[in-house]
Amino acid sequence: MNNALPKLWSLPGGIHPPENKSQSLNGPIRMAALPPQLTVPVTQPDYATPQLCVQVGDRVHKGQALVRAAQSSGLLAHAPAAGVVSAIAGYPVPNASGLPELCVVIDTDPTDTRWAKLKALDYPGAGIDTLIERIADAGISGLGGAGFPTQLKLHSALQQVDTLVLNAAECEPFITADTALLCERAAEVVTGCMILLQITVAARCLIGIEDNKPQAIAALQQHCSDARLQVVVIPARYPSGAENQLIHILTGKEIPSGTLAVHSGILCHNVGTAYAIARAVVHGEQLLSRITTVSGAALREPANYEVLTGTPVAALLQHSGVDHTQLSRLLCGGPLMGIELPHAQLPVTKTTNCVVATTEAELPSPPPAQACIRCGLCVDVCPVQLLPQQLYWFARSKEYTKAQAHNLQDCIECGACAYVCPSHIPLVQYYRNAKAGIREQSDKHQRADYAKQRFEVHQQRVALVQAQNDQRRAERAAAVKAQPAAAAGTSAQDAITAALARVQAKKAAQSIDAGKQDDSK
Amino acid sequence: MTAHSLLSSLLPLLTPIVMLLALALLFGGLLGFAATRFRVEGNPLVDRVNALLPQTQCGQCGHPGCKPYAAAIAAGGAINKCPPGGKATIAALADLLGVAAEPLDATHGVESSRKVAYIREAECIGCTKCIQACPVDAILGSARHMHTVIVSECTGCDLCVAPCPVDCIDMIPAQTALQRWHWPLPEPAALIASDRRQGVHA
Repeated sequence: MNNALPKLWSLPGGIHPPENKSQSLNGPIRMAALPPQLTVPVTQPDYATPQLCVQVGDRVHKGQALVRAAQSSGLLAHAPAAGVVSAIAGYPVPNASGLPELCVVIDTDPTDTRWAKLKALDYPGAGIDTLIERIADAGISGLGGAGFPTQLKLHSALQQVDTLVLNAAECEPFITADTALLCERAAEVVTGCMILLQITVAARCLIGIEDNKPQAIAALQQHCSDARLQVVVIPARYPSGAENQLIHILTGKEIPSGTLAVHSGILCHNVGTAYAIARAVVHGEQLLSRITTVSGAALREPANYEVLTGTPVAALLQHSGVDHTQLSRLLCGGPLMGIELPHAQLPVTKTTNCVVATTEAELPSPPPAQACIRCGLCVDVCPVQLLPQQLYWFARSKEYTKAQAHNLQDCIECGACAYVCPSHIPLVQYYRNAKAGIREQSDKHQRADYAKQRFEVHQQRVALVQAQNDQRRAERAAAVKAQPAAAAGTSAQDAITAALARVQAKKAAQSIDAGKQDDSK
Repeated sequence: MTAHSLLSSLLPLLTPIVMLLALALLFGGLLGFAATRFRVEGNPLVDRVNALLPQTQCGQCGHPGCKPYAAAIAAGGAINKCPPGGKATIAALADLLGVAAEPLDATHGVESSRKVAYIREAECIGCTKCIQACPVDAILGSARHMHTVIVSECTGCDLCVAPCPVDCIDMIPAQTALQRWHWPLPEPAALIASDRRQGVHA
């Protein structure tokens, strides 16, 4: 390990909300019990239609793929436990829209614990393509929150990056899933890190972790023996765990607007993803479970759970001893970037890093929004150095051109501005709405431009075909006109006699044929 | 006053008159040259209007395509006849032309989410009529062979549906509800903060 104190760059803005992390770190990671029914979402990136390879009534074993190996853009989903597929339909999942997503429901069979693992790979000897293929086959997606298929991120990073950044910052209140993972399974996280280094051929790996997690830092440092790995402890401040912000703190590089970190030679992955990669490569395990923090004042025993995807949130709350009389709000993800869940019957997905069951006293529901008083507090805390109050006006009045001129597209939706807003304006929601509006508008323009181009080409083609037909017709007409002129030597009378002679010759031939047939009878 | 004295009193005016005449000739010549040399072909307003139209070429406005409708608008026609463009297009047109935005004229159709044509391939008889109707060449197929729609090229103009002799073309939504969804604007506050303290409920 490199012990030299690394230089850190400071994050502009940021906030220090109450951490609320200690509650869920009291004990080891618990294994969530196998529920009688698992609702496994098979959602694909961009909500493309998945190609299912199971049917209702099929018996599936643990680790069996539920969707067909989608081409280059898909995300595999596997049966987290053995059982029988009892339904394939749209079910509500933790998403912002509240719209149902396609899920495979499995009635689990607790007696069948066999796990159909993939073949373990000898990772130092395996080629880059083999490793990426394995990551795709294991259905690994970014476990930090965005859920982007990992193999796609790696493909785009091949031979482009010199620095790998492993995100262990976990800056949002309540969430301790990555901390718990590092405390107990740091060795495998480091293995995952080495595999990522082997794939990307990066020169170094920076593991960024906030200074409020001493246990996790110690565990990491104990296992980081490779000279390329460096654990960098950064001051705790929200949102230092956002990808571009963490990269800035660790390397001083600012990712230019509209580009990805990969284009600047940096690849960022979450520690949970690194762990899943290690399990997939070294043990051949598909991504069937994740570590989810279950916390909040409405629970008797907040804890971290290793939970199978598809397990209902209600089961986790029950394990933690939920007090329904106290429960006021249920959040998926943290209180700043998370979404509110309408009820607890939703399944845990690959991106569910935290469930917060809060009481009214702990996280009061936001008071009614009041008018913006232009105090400028939001400007001070914005980690991207935007002007949130201006963006708010533009988003509200749907002045998208102006919002774009004020770089709305660079907003990371961290919620720091809304957190400090004394008027309690749900600023982030305004930005999300405006971003979607801008996207829709530009899509529309692109489609219109393309359709116009196609239409013009179509018209040209139609005109060309028409012109060609006209020309042929004209040529034929000219040829017909020219024919009598060419045959001008013979008179019309001659032509008639010749035709008559031809007809008589034909008739004579026919009568001879008929005579022959009569003879033969 | 004699004629001579009148002439002598006008004499000082002669120079400015000559100079102004010369300037008028010079600038007139320049403008005349510019008018012929930098002549704009067609009506530039038509292109700007056309750029705001959705280019589905559907003809729902009663014109044979988007460009003819743009020409009609530029000539002072109604701006609310384009259902595929809907509210957003009307607002953009009103903004460009400096006129009031009107609600969509329902006689030309209603605004709906984007659609694409879908051919029920088993029923297709391969008559090529839809191929000829498609303004953007989005249908693939040949005589007596099955046709199909290239989804990425289809503008959802609906023009292929009517010519189909066996009615095997459906217009289906281009995106699922999930793909269409985006964050709504926050609801305006139903009650103000001071109400809440007094226990008033909305």
